[in-house]
Amino acid sequence: MNPTEPLLSVQNLKTYFFLDEGIVKAVDGVDFDVYPGQVVGIVGESGCGKSVTIKSILRLTQKPGRIVEGEILFRSQLVTDADSGSDVIDLTTLDPHGRRMRAIRGAEIAMIPQEPMASFSPVHTVGNQLTEAIQLHEDVNDDEAWRIAIERLHEVGMPNPEQRMDAYSWELSGGLRQRAMIAMALSCNPRLLIADEPTTAIDVTTQAQVLNLLRSLQKMYDMAIIFITHDLGVIAQVADYVVVMYLGRVMETGPVDDIFHNPLHPYTKALLKSIPSIYSPSGTELPTIEGSIPHPFSRPSGCPFYPRCEAFMPGVCNASDPELQSVNERQSASCFLYEEK
Amino acid sequence: MEPVTDLDVGPKDIHDVEVAETTEDWTGAIGPGPGPIEDTEAINVAPNWKLVWWRFKKHKLALFSGAVVIVIAMVAMFPGFFATMEPHGSRATMSFVPLQRLRFFHNGSFSPYVYGVVGARNPETLRMEWKIDEEQIVPVAFFVQGFEYKVLGVISTDIHLLGTAEGPTEENPFFLLGSDRLGRDQWSRLMYGTRVSLSIGLVSVAVSVFLGVLMGGISGYFGGVADLIIQRLIELLQSLPAIPIWMALTASLPRDWSVEKTYFAITLILALIGWTTLAREVRGRFLVLREEDFVVAAKLSGANQRRIIFRHMVPTFSSHIIAAATLAVPVMIISETFLSFLGLGLRPPAISWGVLLQEAQNLQSIALAPWLLLPGVAVIITVLALNILGDGLRDAADPYSH
Amino acid sequence: MVQYIIKRLLLLPLLLFIFSVFAFVLIQAPPGDFVTSYIAELAASGSSVDQAQIDALRSMYGLDQPMYVQYFHWMGRMLHGDLGASLDWKRPIAELIRERVMLTVLLGIFTFALTWALAIPIGIISATKQYSFLDYFFTVFNYIGIATPTFMTALILMWLAFSWFGVSITGLFSPEYVDAPWTLAKFIDLLKHIWLPVVILALDGTARLARIMRANLLDELNKPYVEMARAKGMSEWRLVLKYPVRMALNPLISTIGWYLPLIFSGSVIVATVLNLPTIGPMLLRSLTNQDMFLAGAIIMIYLFLAIIGTLISDILLAWLDPRIRMES
Repeated sequence: MNPTEPLLSVQNLKTYFFLDEGIVKAVDGVDFDVYPGQVVGIVGESGCGKSVTIKSILRLTQKPGRIVEGEILFRSQLVTDADSGSDVIDLTTLDPHGRRMRAIRGAEIAMIPQEPMASFSPVHTVGNQLTEAIQLHEDVNDDEAWRIAIERLHEVGMPNPEQRMDAYSWELSGGLRQRAMIAMALSCNPRLLIADEPTTAIDVTTQAQVLNLLRSLQKMYDMAIIFITHDLGVIAQVADYVVVMYLGRVMETGPVDDIFHNPLHPYTKALLKSIPSIYSPSGTELPTIEGSIPHPFSRPSGCPFYPRCEAFMPGVCNASDPELQSVNERQSASCFLYEEK
Repeated sequence: MEPVTDLDVGPKDIHDVEVAETTEDWTGAIGPGPGPIEDTEAINVAPNWKLVWWRFKKHKLALFSGAVVIVIAMVAMFPGFFATMEPHGSRATMSFVPLQRLRFFHNGSFSPYVYGVVGARNPETLRMEWKIDEEQIVPVAFFVQGFEYKVLGVISTDIHLLGTAEGPTEENPFFLLGSDRLGRDQWSRLMYGTRVSLSIGLVSVAVSVFLGVLMGGISGYFGGVADLIIQRLIELLQSLPAIPIWMALTASLPRDWSVEKTYFAITLILALIGWTTLAREVRGRFLVLREEDFVVAAKLSGANQRRIIFRHMVPTFSSHIIAAATLAVPVMIISETFLSFLGLGLRPPAISWGVLLQEAQNLQSIALAPWLLLPGVAVIITVLALNILGDGLRDAADPYSH
Repeated sequence: MVQYIIKRLLLLPLLLFIFSVFAFVLIQAPPGDFVTSYIAELAASGSSVDQAQIDALRSMYGLDQPMYVQYFHWMGRMLHGDLGASLDWKRPIAELIRERVMLTVLLGIFTFALTWALAIPIGIISATKQYSFLDYFFTVFNYIGIATPTFMTALILMWLAFSWFGVSITGLFSPEYVDAPWTLAKFIDLLKHIWLPVVILALDGTARLARIMRANLLDELNKPYVEMARAKGMSEWRLVLKYPVRMALNPLISTIGWYLPLIFSGSVIVATVLNLPTIGPMLLRSLTNQDMFLAGAIIMIYLFLAIIGTLISDILLAWLDPRIRMES
């Protein structure tokens, strides 16, 4: 796999939800690339469209949602494009329930869901679900699948893997459950792992363990990770590259160090400022971003952030949409401040 | 992605208040403040029942069913007005007169009428047999005078919705739905039967709701020993096969009891088995609500138990209770109907749909007079309308059930 | 798990006792007794009985003894398997029941099988293809099915069969087979007749069950574990059947136990209308004639089956849902 070519390239992705009351433009023109072995962190407030983006990548969007525009280019080793025979395939052209997409899902692109408790079936054992994940993509018999599953549990640091195979998910603690979920996701050696807020539902100590685990597994398998979170602290720990989203659009992208030390977009700056600092004197007012997330049906025209932006330029920001453009050789921002005239 | 107009969780008090326009009410990053406000208006939240009503209005079918139920309720409240002849009056010679269908257009103009009937005595059975005679035109008028009756038991009047111009006589009978073996007008009996059948349904559900909420509430809110006993009781009652028990209970009612006594007894019997499902639901809700933050908050701010229960907890599921009650009424109606149909429930001279259907119990009767089945159609329509209405209410009360 | 069953089994005698008292009180509730209605019958047909004969009748039937004595006699006999004799039919009750039990059970089992065979697939299709034409069609069917009482369906079909085909569809056998010994031909004749009550009963049951199945499945289809299965790359039908359907079925399967008493009692109304020789109409008649022993025996049987049925339901639920097993 050529490290200079992206593994996944999302281009101008738009996923809309068609409700009775109106259209919710959950993802409204998102671009970013993921390179092999890279950890990309997608960060943003609740409702910014991070989850819908990754569901779209996996073609898991349910009615009334639908991808209306855009391309999701994936460099697959299992599936080739029907027309050109190339190994770069546009996932939006595949039937979401079809054989080809299903071959990719789970085997090449895997997902760690937000709630591992609710994502395991309560009436099937962990072992049953693990071996199922394996046998969906590998041609092995039951014993072999069992063996592989135990090995995977071992790799994620699960104590007593043989016993755990016969356990039910609700018998495991939060941390162990998360590990089992990771084991299941990695069971077929995916080249891209999508982690949907994996640390949101667990406590800080377990969080650290899970993050360490993910990092070591990432190196071991040389896989790329898309990491979704609203926690900038976690981003700082795991990500190589950051994508900042707001209201379904990308505000800024760049390497993690640049984002933290040289944020370009006013939104990124505001986010970073709003992290309470342990060093500030007591009694300091908590910094906030003024305004609130607008109602999904009454999005502002123009730049989505302008109602809350400190650098708002009337007549410019509310007149037209800014585009994601390179500002320097590593970072891009979607802001009129950097727009070349 | 649900639009943010739905805020029906939480205590009733909050709903009538506009979200404040200062940042002091909120900590954290979200809150209206300086800056262009036209895109971030404060959201007005309507009281809970209004939200339920708006959601309900969207279901056209449920709305239509509601209208149907209202019409049926009108008939139930004013059966005398809709009836055309006395419901108990039997005419020995006019048995099994066929249905005289109401027609509206005569010679191109709007002039309602029915065809008359002609009778002939069957030489073998010596009974009068009646057939529709299309030669006779019997004009029908609206708001005519007829037999006297009392509106709601108080006001006497004799105005009826329809009737024949000269009043029904032996030469010009007016049996909109035919007559039974004793020559009684089925249409009028259907009207009076509606009152009994519908009210039994309503009253028994009312008793069920009362018992259910009471027992479920005690069980769920107080827990402990009371909960254990009540739960066992509910389990016991629920494991009983309802139909044989109802049959046995109604069969045990003395035959010489008056109609009113039997009516109340049957209502009680139906309610006694019916309250358990509701009690369980109510109990479940109380158990959950007990731990909810807003209840704890109310306790901490010093509210006494009665206030907590009635002002805070009950309103959150009152719409569910209404929906469940609406869905329980048709069950009771069907139960009373089949009990009376089997001869175990209400008996003549009481009139209910079940009693009317008793006349249609066997093939001979039905073969001779298929119109005797029509009260069953009334049952089907009423139950259908109530079920659709109840489902609509339930969906409106809890949109997350979808 | 075994402990759970044993615990429930131990409760059985207690429940049985409570229910038997309940049944006995129920039967005794109507004022007067069999002798009273017997006398009334005689009076209606013109003859009369004098007091001495009445007293003799009473003591012959043991009706002059205090209530609890009667109860103990009755229970004692039942526990020995002696169900007593029917006052009305003047035959041993066990014999009366035995004559009808097989047909009753056949009717019940066919109905149960048909109901589930129809309702589960209908529920699954309705839920997975929500808002499609099929869903609307089934929804309409469900609503009408629930709204129509079974006896109405029976009456309407009876009338239609008669007025269109001139056929009388009552009873379970053609006239020539009614008293004939059991042969294959008789069985086929039975099948030719029994399909109608089975369909009538199944229609109502299917409508209810399908609606519940649909609602349960809709609840489950949105849950994260279903999406996770999709994310693993499973095909849609396979994952629907393995995961949400299984969860949706759980509460339903736990109601299977209640079918046990239903098999015996559920068809009372339809059986009466269609004149079927099953236990239901016999119960009705015994109640209206205050044939205490017969009614009591039948109700006792129903209650006993209800207890067993609940036990089966609980066991099934515990077996299917490991969460409950672990709790107890």
